[in-house]
Amino acid sequence: MFDNLSSKLDRAFKTLKGTGKITEINVATTVKEIRRALIDADVNYKVAKEVTDTIKEQALGRDVLIAVSPGQLLVKITQEELTKLMGGSKVDINIKGDPAVILISGLQGSGKTTFTGKLASLLKKQGRQVLLAACDIYRPAAIDQLKVLGEQVGVEVYAEPENKNALQIASRAIEHAKKTGKKIVIVDTAGRLAVDEQMMQEIEALKKALNPSETLFVVDSMTGQDAVNTAKTFDERLNFDGVVLTKLDGDTRGGAAISIRHVVNKPIKFISTGEKMENIDVFHPDRMAQRILGMGDVISLVERA
Amino acid sequence: QKTSENIFSKLSKAVMGKSKVDEEVLDELEEILITADVGVDTTIKVIRRIEERVARDKYLNAAELDVILREEIAFLLEENRSSDTSDFDLPADKKPYVIMVVGVNGVGKTTTIGKLAHQFKLAGKSVVLGAADTFRAAAVDQLILWGQRVGVPVVSHGMNTDPASVAFDAVKQGVDSKADVVIVDTAGRLHTKVNLMNELTKIKKVMQKFIPDAPHEILLVLDGSTGQNAFIQAKEFTRATEVSALAITKLDGTAKGGVVIGISDQFKIPVKYIGVGEKMTDLQLFNRKEFVDSLFKKKG
Ligand SMILES: Nc1nc2c(ncn2[C@@H]2O[C@H](COP(=O)(O)OP(=O)(O)OP(=O)(O)O)[C@@H](O)[C@H]2O)c(=O)[nH]1
Ligand SMILES: Nc1nc2c(ncn2[C@@H]2O[C@H](COP(=O)(O)OP(=O)(O)OP(=O)(O)O)[C@@H](O)[C@H]2O)c(=O)[nH]1
Ligand SMILES: [Mg+2]
Ligand SMILES: [Mg+2]
Repeated sequence: MFDNLSSKLDRAFKTLKGTGKITEINVATTVKEIRRALIDADVNYKVAKEVTDTIKEQALGRDVLIAVSPGQLLVKITQEELTKLMGGSKVDINIKGDPAVILISGLQGSGKTTFTGKLASLLKKQGRQVLLAACDIYRPAAIDQLKVLGEQVGVEVYAEPENKNALQIASRAIEHAKKTGKKIVIVDTAGRLAVDEQMMQEIEALKKALNPSETLFVVDSMTGQDAVNTAKTFDERLNFDGVVLTKLDGDTRGGAAISIRHVVNKPIKFISTGEKMENIDVFHPDRMAQRILGMGDVISLVERA
Repeated sequence: QKTSENIFSKLSKAVMGKSKVDEEVLDELEEILITADVGVDTTIKVIRRIEERVARDKYLNAAELDVILREEIAFLLEENRSSDTSDFDLPADKKPYVIMVVGVNGVGKTTTIGKLAHQFKLAGKSVVLGAADTFRAAAVDQLILWGQRVGVPVVSHGMNTDPASVAFDAVKQGVDSKADVVIVDTAGRLHTKVNLMNELTKIKKVMQKFIPDAPHEILLVLDGSTGQNAFIQAKEFTRATEVSALAITKLDGTAKGGVVIGISDQFKIPVKYIGVGEKMTDLQLFNRKEFVDSLFKKKG
């Protein structure tokens, strides 16, 4: 599936073959190819431009090691740069308060409810008492969906099927948690578009009233160019703490990860890699960088040199 | 058509104060197309064609770019020969007309089915839905609720049952009740999962036991905010099963609908429906002309 990209980079390497130092001229073509590769991986156009400009600056004048072509060195620099961009070390979620509240947000169908179940399962395995709050009052059978997942992972779900007030449900869920000794409440919310003012106000109000110690923005890794705008708007309204990248079990390159990180500067805290409750993982920036560039082999070649 | 902000409102800004279409204008155009998720290949194609025109016509006024681009995009959509569907009518000789709905996870399959059922019902058709997503938590409940909302029967065997046998029974009920259309929901599946892709063939075969040429339509649903992966999805689903129509959803977001252009260019399967919201009424028949117009409509 990465054929397209590999061949592009190969072509770029060819342009640079036989030169010993990275110069303005020989770097231009490769940088352009890398930029195109990033765009092909759904990195936002503007972000790709900025990133490749940085890469170019870093590369200029650097001596090329023996056995490593300038093209390969450039790719290595690119990979380092992307890894850096997506955040070096792992950032944990904040669990504070009694109960601690975790608010889940994102677009329609991004994987929020599924992730809510997974996170509950993960925290439960760490020995914590978790309650799920079913605050998607819009999508047909959203509550049932969360209930099924709650049952699967053995975590209680607080729901009020007749209530059409998400904030009220969430507040009562917190009361319920206090009464029943639950230490963490994860609040599943309805999917919403960033341009839907009314719905954005709803989640803003949820955040304000519930004072969550962690607000997560769940995003489909297949999202295209618009990921930046969506992330920006959600961040402006919610000042979220972290990002969850879903559906990485597919073959998307997931360039949205870079765009989002670059634009809102919030860490990616979890990745979702399947429909099953155990398909949740922590985020590895280096692996993601490789995935976006689609070039495991090239990297190891450079590493060996 | 309400495909949110149009993608070319930026264009006038890009060419402002320019007397001719030069490198800079084309770069700007490239950015506009790419950021609208038109896709790299189609973007290159459009730029090339405009470059050719610039070269051929020697001098091209920047103000004309708007017109030219509109022509080029209309051409891309046009190239995809089939004509637009103009209403929710169905071929009289195929009764019930069986539609199988497929796509990756969370794109809007079930919702699109609910909306479709509503439209067919409005058009005076009798509809039967088949809840063959027996996998995703509460997927059956979701479709049943849509059935109630719209007022059409839903055939279901509950969760974790064999999807093929649900599909069979849905088609059977469609025949028995002399329904006009049967729409079968399927579980979301990533095209990389071979077993799940093969399952589609099985579902299809089972329906054919009852109606040899069913399903008459395989509708692939794509999320309008998906990036380059939308092209891979279209390719892989087409490879796995005979996709005959596309629905592109969530165009009420800011994805700006560029994906429709790219998909129409790269695939010869017609875009038949577009989803523009979560309500029952938020489904439109895709109309090329209206779509192109909506892209170029100047915003105040
Ligand atoms: N393959 C795969 N599917 C996933 C993943 N995460 C979620 N899904 C599926 O994606 C679809 C949508 O997931 P949901 O959890 O319902 O998404 P949501 O954000 O809650 O959706 P709304 O509440 O409608 O906005 C379902 O079919 C899930 O099973 C993942 O990591 N990989
Ligand atoms: N804004 C908007 N939301 C939509 C549209 N179509 C579907 N949705 C929402 O997207 C989410 C997922 O829709 P579903 O119909 O459950 O998607 P699906 O493809 O059946 O999902 P799975 O069965 O889990 O794979 C829901 O929250 C829908 O309300 C649309 O055109 N616009
Ligand atoms: Mg949900
Ligand atoms: Mg569904």
